[in-house]
Amino acid sequence: MQVTIKLFAMFREGRFETAERECPPGTTIGGLVDGLGIAREEIGVLLLGGRHAALEQVTASGDTIAIFPLLGGG
Amino acid sequence: MTATPLHEFLKSRAEGDLLPWRAQCDAARHFGKSLGQIEVAALGWDLLPGRYRRNRATVSTSDQLRLCRSRVAVIGCGGLGGYLIEQLARLGVGALVVVDPDVFEEHNLNRQLLSSPAQLGSAKVEVAKERVATVNPAVEVVAHRVAFSRANGRELLRGCAVVLDGLDSVLVRRELAASCAELEIPLVHGAIAGWYGQVALQLPGGDLSPLLRASSASGKGIETKLGNPSFTPAVVASLQVAEAAKVLLGRATSLARRALLVNLLDMQFDEVRHG
Repeated sequence: MQVTIKLFAMFREGRFETAERECPPGTTIGGLVDGLGIAREEIGVLLLGGRHAALEQVTASGDTIAIFPLLGGG
Repeated sequence: MTATPLHEFLKSRAEGDLLPWRAQCDAARHFGKSLGQIEVAALGWDLLPGRYRRNRATVSTSDQLRLCRSRVAVIGCGGLGGYLIEQLARLGVGALVVVDPDVFEEHNLNRQLLSSPAQLGSAKVEVAKERVATVNPAVEVVAHRVAFSRANGRELLRGCAVVLDGLDSVLVRRELAASCAELEIPLVHGAIAGWYGQVALQLPGGDLSPLLRASSASGKGIETKLGNPSFTPAVVASLQVAEAAKVLLGRATSLARRALLVNLLDMQFDEVRHG
């Protein structure tokens, strides 16, 4: 199945802004994140189809996942 | 309204409907009142302190009175906090509660507005108080040199109309958001790292937690890798103060249900819906 991944801020560096990815059915968002080499503790806002999502959530064909880094500074 | 001696004094010294700074100081001295008390009285009589003249097309005289009567908390007096405090004081918010446990260190100098070589080792909240006394002495500052937590939140935020987030930990931000939700005080959230920032508003009944993911045990985000340059806190703090001003003035708030994610490298502003 195919999903669309959108990366934001520094996650784009050395990767991409938007990409279509093939993955097996049952793939979780966490699995996609790991496949991109993004550390889970660096993830802030995470959206599945525009709604806030958890890493454990299973993706479906045609889903769009948006991944933003965690910003903690002030 | 019966003309009081103070009213007569202020009217006699006004230039049109503007009250010059010198007259405000003289009135405070003559009547034994604080500059803030004179400001409230003047605004109540439709006299605008001259220092707010350029606010006028944005903030009316009655709005200015509303700001002057408002108490606002700034939690964290570092990169964001310095700009938050400066802008709130110049805007004319009457009372600021400033909270931070730290002293200025050398690595703050690249971005923290209140920091300077002469102030290294000084408590951030004390420098904040001195700065406000310099730029707008009509503003009252209540300084607390403590770390914010849910345990002291109720006491620190008492009587505040809005709270601005200048913290440097996602975990403490979650405590602040929980305290504000419990006390039903609007919270204007801001956070930064490198070229990036985010801004959002939690109104009573709202929930910021999707923006404050407890991903890392330390409560730190990518700022540990990217650091923070001078311009990002200035941008994000300015957006926070604009939103806080609207909350205080009862205007429509734009960020109540959508967060703004700021990318200054690509100059992109993305929106994310929340709570």
